[in-house]
Amino acid sequence: MTAADEISRGDRRALARGLTVIENSGDGAAELLDALCSKTGAAHRTGITGPPGAGKSTLVAGLTREFRAAGQTVGIVAVDPTSPFTGGALLGDRHRMSDEARDEGVFIRSLASRGASGGLARAAPDALDLLDAAGFDRLIVETVGVGQTEMEVAGTADTVVVVLSPESGDAVQAMKAGLLEIADILCVNKSDREGAESLVAALESMLHHRAPSAAKDDWSPKVVSTNALENAVALQKAIASHETWLGQDDHLAARRTKGTKARLTSLVGAFALERLLDRAGDLFDREAAEVIAGRCSVRHAATRALTDLLGEKQR
Amino acid sequence: MTERAIRVLVCKAGLDGHDRGAKVVAQALRDAGMEVIYTGLRQTPAQIVKAALEEDVDAVGLSLHSGAHMTLFPEVLAALRGAGLDHVLLTGGGIIPDKDKTALAQQGVGELFGPGTPTTKLVEYIQQEVARRRASGPTPDGVGANEQPK
Repeated sequence: MTAADEISRGDRRALARGLTVIENSGDGAAELLDALCSKTGAAHRTGITGPPGAGKSTLVAGLTREFRAAGQTVGIVAVDPTSPFTGGALLGDRHRMSDEARDEGVFIRSLASRGASGGLARAAPDALDLLDAAGFDRLIVETVGVGQTEMEVAGTADTVVVVLSPESGDAVQAMKAGLLEIADILCVNKSDREGAESLVAALESMLHHRAPSAAKDDWSPKVVSTNALENAVALQKAIASHETWLGQDDHLAARRTKGTKARLTSLVGAFALERLLDRAGDLFDREAAEVIAGRCSVRHAATRALTDLLGEKQR
Repeated sequence: MTERAIRVLVCKAGLDGHDRGAKVVAQALRDAGMEVIYTGLRQTPAQIVKAALEEDVDAVGLSLHSGAHMTLFPEVLAALRGAGLDHVLLTGGGIIPDKDKTALAQQGVGELFGPGTPTTKLVEYIQQEVARRRASGPTPDGVGANEQPK
């Protein structure tokens, strides 16, 4: 039996090894994903993102509890940052999901970001595909603690939840571009703390004043508040209503097409860069010398280097 | 492809609530370039093995100060083997008398480190032991890759 067969029959060990193979882009990674691609797409994918310390992992645990109570199996991919200095990582999300982690209906895989800058690991979308093919009913992906520019989860999840807590900063932080725009659901966690209610009110008013979308049946983001240590029922309900919306017309297909195009763009970019750098030789040394010597600008040198690498004629 | 990162599960089992040592070790391994999955306190052997399997780790580091090492190390080792994770190194530390270390080593537990051990020593040990185990397997069915260290 091939690894793909084992994974689609629910073999946990094969799944774990398959995840290692794709995470390392090891031998057979592309073949494995290819062999399983017809078996993906059934599971709903929730993305959980937000600043460090907002309670993402605890909320994932709470959400998992609700899904399990409804009889659904859950596959989780949790991403934590890799040190750019040593390449090491401390993956601590599992620590917050202790009760869920022992449940046979739950599979948790921690991934290190390994230099990816979008809030996910490069292998995270592929890891979700693998869990999908393994037959989990629900998938949850948790990003690293993000700031204001890490949006990759938007192309990866069907429903994006942005988690904030009263400590994450005032509404002006939230007004800056980015996080709010990718949110299908805004979840104010630690609702027992001071400032939670006013943050909910500020977010609701902000959403209210947003320019109306062109499409009449567009989803309008919801604000919910939770105390994840107690339960995540409010969030689960909001996700369920987003899921209902996704099921109407071609909303889900449209979103997944958009996400797949974003994945394609990012992969082609990465592959192209790898190939180009492979043939760079001492080109960058030469171009850098030109810049340092004051003979041209960095921008000019970069354009010339790219033309060179692509084998195009110099104009 | 560059050498893939060593993945290590660092955990505490039983009712022992002293996790300072485990946290120091987790950070030292991280700073040595490893990917450390930290599970925290009060893990059962079954939980530890489920985590080791899902996270596909090379090694499990178990920290024990409760005196239950002669029960918990063999239990975790048996559970790892029962799950087909023969290639996973089980190592750890705590207050463990030398004669117990020898007895556990005979069962197939790796080296165990006591208080005051420089973290560089366990980093080196895990790097060498994982390299050795990776070189010798795992076999396609994952069984029999892990003979006891001589």
